[in-house]
Amino acid sequence: MTTLRAWLQDPSPTSRRQARLGQAWLAWLRIQRNRLAMAGLIIVVLLLLIAAFAPWIAPHDPFVQNLGNRLKPPGTPGYLLGTDDFGRDILTRIIYGSRITLYIIALVAVTAPVLGLLIGTVAGYFGGWIDAVLMRLTDIFLAFPRLILALALVAVLGPGIENAVLAIALTAWPPYARVARAETLTIRNSDYIAAIRLQGATAPRIILGHVVPMCLPSVVIRVTLDMAGVILIAAGLGFLGLGVQPPQPEWGLMISSGRKFLFEQWWVATMPGLAIFIVSLGFNLLGDGLRDVLDPKSAPK
Amino acid sequence: MTLLDVQNLRVTFDTETGPVEAVRGVSFSLGRERLGIVGESGSGKTMTGRAVLRLIRPPGRIEAEQMIFDGQDLMGASEKEMRALRGKRIGMVMQDPKYSLNPVMTVGDQLTEGLRRRDGLGRRDAEAKALAALDAVQIRDPQRVMEAYPHELSGGMGQRVMIAMMLIPEPDLLIADEPTSALDVTVQAEVLSILDTLVRDRGMGLIFISHDLRLVARFCDRVLVMYKGRVVEELKAQNLLDAQHPYTRGLLNCLPRIGGPRGPLPALDRSGAWAE
Amino acid sequence: MTLIEIDALSVTFRAQGREVRAVQDVSLTVNQGESFGLVGESGSGKSTILRAICGMAPVTAGTIRIDGKPLPTPRGPGFATRVQMVFQDPYASLHPRHTIDRTLSEPLAIHGLGDSDARVVKALTDVGLPANFRFRYPHQLSGGQRQRVAIARALMLEPTILLLDEPTSALDASVQAEVLNLLSRLRDERGLTFLMVSHDLAVIDHMCDRVLVMQNGRAVEQMSRETLAQARMTTPYARSLFEASADRMLGGTPG
Repeated sequence: MTTLRAWLQDPSPTSRRQARLGQAWLAWLRIQRNRLAMAGLIIVVLLLLIAAFAPWIAPHDPFVQNLGNRLKPPGTPGYLLGTDDFGRDILTRIIYGSRITLYIIALVAVTAPVLGLLIGTVAGYFGGWIDAVLMRLTDIFLAFPRLILALALVAVLGPGIENAVLAIALTAWPPYARVARAETLTIRNSDYIAAIRLQGATAPRIILGHVVPMCLPSVVIRVTLDMAGVILIAAGLGFLGLGVQPPQPEWGLMISSGRKFLFEQWWVATMPGLAIFIVSLGFNLLGDGLRDVLDPKSAPK
Repeated sequence: MTLLDVQNLRVTFDTETGPVEAVRGVSFSLGRERLGIVGESGSGKTMTGRAVLRLIRPPGRIEAEQMIFDGQDLMGASEKEMRALRGKRIGMVMQDPKYSLNPVMTVGDQLTEGLRRRDGLGRRDAEAKALAALDAVQIRDPQRVMEAYPHELSGGMGQRVMIAMMLIPEPDLLIADEPTSALDVTVQAEVLSILDTLVRDRGMGLIFISHDLRLVARFCDRVLVMYKGRVVEELKAQNLLDAQHPYTRGLLNCLPRIGGPRGPLPALDRSGAWAE
Repeated sequence: MTLIEIDALSVTFRAQGREVRAVQDVSLTVNQGESFGLVGESGSGKSTILRAICGMAPVTAGTIRIDGKPLPTPRGPGFATRVQMVFQDPYASLHPRHTIDRTLSEPLAIHGLGDSDARVVKALTDVGLPANFRFRYPHQLSGGQRQRVAIARALMLEPTILLLDEPTSALDASVQAEVLNLLSRLRDERGLTFLMVSHDLAVIDHMCDRVLVMQNGRAVEQMSRETLAQARMTTPYARSLFEASADRMLGGTPG
């Protein structure tokens, strides 16, 4: 183990891979020092593990109905978090619901930031009319409240999880474009950009190889902080019946169907609500901690 | 009469890869005179200046056997006591006015802020004092400068404002950290002569931190040469050319001179034991 | 033989309705193999001239010719293999996220030059850095080491002209000496032509054969090294620069 550590902390790496892993190791050491960020990381990792091992850890089947068991309170033997109005175990449904949550997050995370990053860096690098056109486009999308726009898109495209994800992604990219453009404007006048231009590099090479890597930290941090919002919008769409359809155990959908019983059988809506809260909190804490780690200014000189 | 007495000062930063010692056992004392601290980057000179004012935040920590300013123990002082000292009895001028002046406040507001908040002066009195301070640093149109924002001033002007700001409360000790390094050569000379007059007239102590050995030798009475957190040599400024330590000699010799020989400049030989 | 000819060059920046005349009507020539210095304080326009040569400044009048031919706009790939630049701030001129290896091999990749492994190692050793620095990141190097990498990068495409924008201003004195020595050695070995900008007269005197003093965008005085060394400058501004030069502050030459 110590030889691996030594290899990672070698001041003169002998390959690109070693250099990259060494930097990642140092970043890991840095994030470890931030307790809250570690808490956030643990929550996110737990989410991943629960989603991955759902069939093995869930005590029951998420879809099988058992009307004799309806609305049992938490603590009932065999039903840790109680049952819903169809007699299904809430804990099981939350566990399986984590897969849906993760699916939505992952899809949005690979589409919206990528789109926003490309638009923002191109706008920032070229300036002029390209910048104006792209930024007006961004402004148009930004002007709509996210949930309303997502609603409109889902209404046009029809309900279903893929359409919900598409709707969320299409409304989520503008802030990334803004952030990426702001970073690009700062970076564009740097000496290292001037140097690579002087070497005859073309714009695509400069944008993809030199500008984007510098924008990544801000965008990554933004993504983690946005995750909470994405989960909530997906839950909102589910709540309105426009995203995932029953009997899928999506957390927002569970809250929606539990609304009717909120006062007497509070656990039906509250348990999935707590799950959303914890996961959102986890992403927020992680995002805050990542800011310290990824901020290039805090890198030692 | 000793103004500041520092014994065995250590500044350590606790980084994720282990402790890093920026200052390793620095001792010096200062009367109402000018002490220059010279060193290259990483020598610990800036950290020494900051440590005196206890301006170092975690993960940095300051340790010293003794750090006494005019009879008051700086190491044992509470944060409240340090706040009373900073600015009022010990002032600090930093390198670049672009970064040390508040960009969203006018010069006048910044100059009078301390007077009104700390000393409780009324607006008119504070402004009069501020104008007098600007006058003392030879700013020709003080009223215009009072109403200007820092980014509207040239580098030399900004630095003079900085000096004025630090001298308003009439401190006993001034710590100047590379005060002229960001300025053009001709402006440097002007700002230094202003600082010279003010320090002399008010009988202040001055710690002048710089990387420029020749500048410090000309401006100060005594010089401390630092390398990697330690003081390697202490001498009177006028004896600079007779420096004994290999680092000081190396530093003097490696500088290009107008009219000097065109062969390779003698590079610093870091192989001695002192380079640890 | 004249390599660089700048004739009545003017560079004007326009921002938010205001005009800044960074360079006004400056002419100079640099001969092949020569080291020419541009000296002045901030706002003198000296760095802007270098940027204008690279096509990175808005030229409003005058011409720049290299080898007798005017420069095409945009400069084109041929320019990169003839003219390269070393920038002032070693902390800002290397991409913080790229290893040294990537920084040095990228110019080769852009121009389709092969054998990059061997060339990168040779470039590092040429500037006095150990080959095992190859996969380090810039923040793991000191200022002097970064500047050496910047010099190595500038020489990867084997240019004949090297533009140097205050290459040692951000470095400690002892490191400056090493880097200046390196530059002189490389110039001798490769027969390079230098156009060097500095605010430090002593550095210019040490490195350059002829000097142009600039102030507020205009050329003030051109002199040979001998004129500078013997303080026989004719204009008052050049003399005030000389007087203020820190070198003079010590008075007399050290033993």
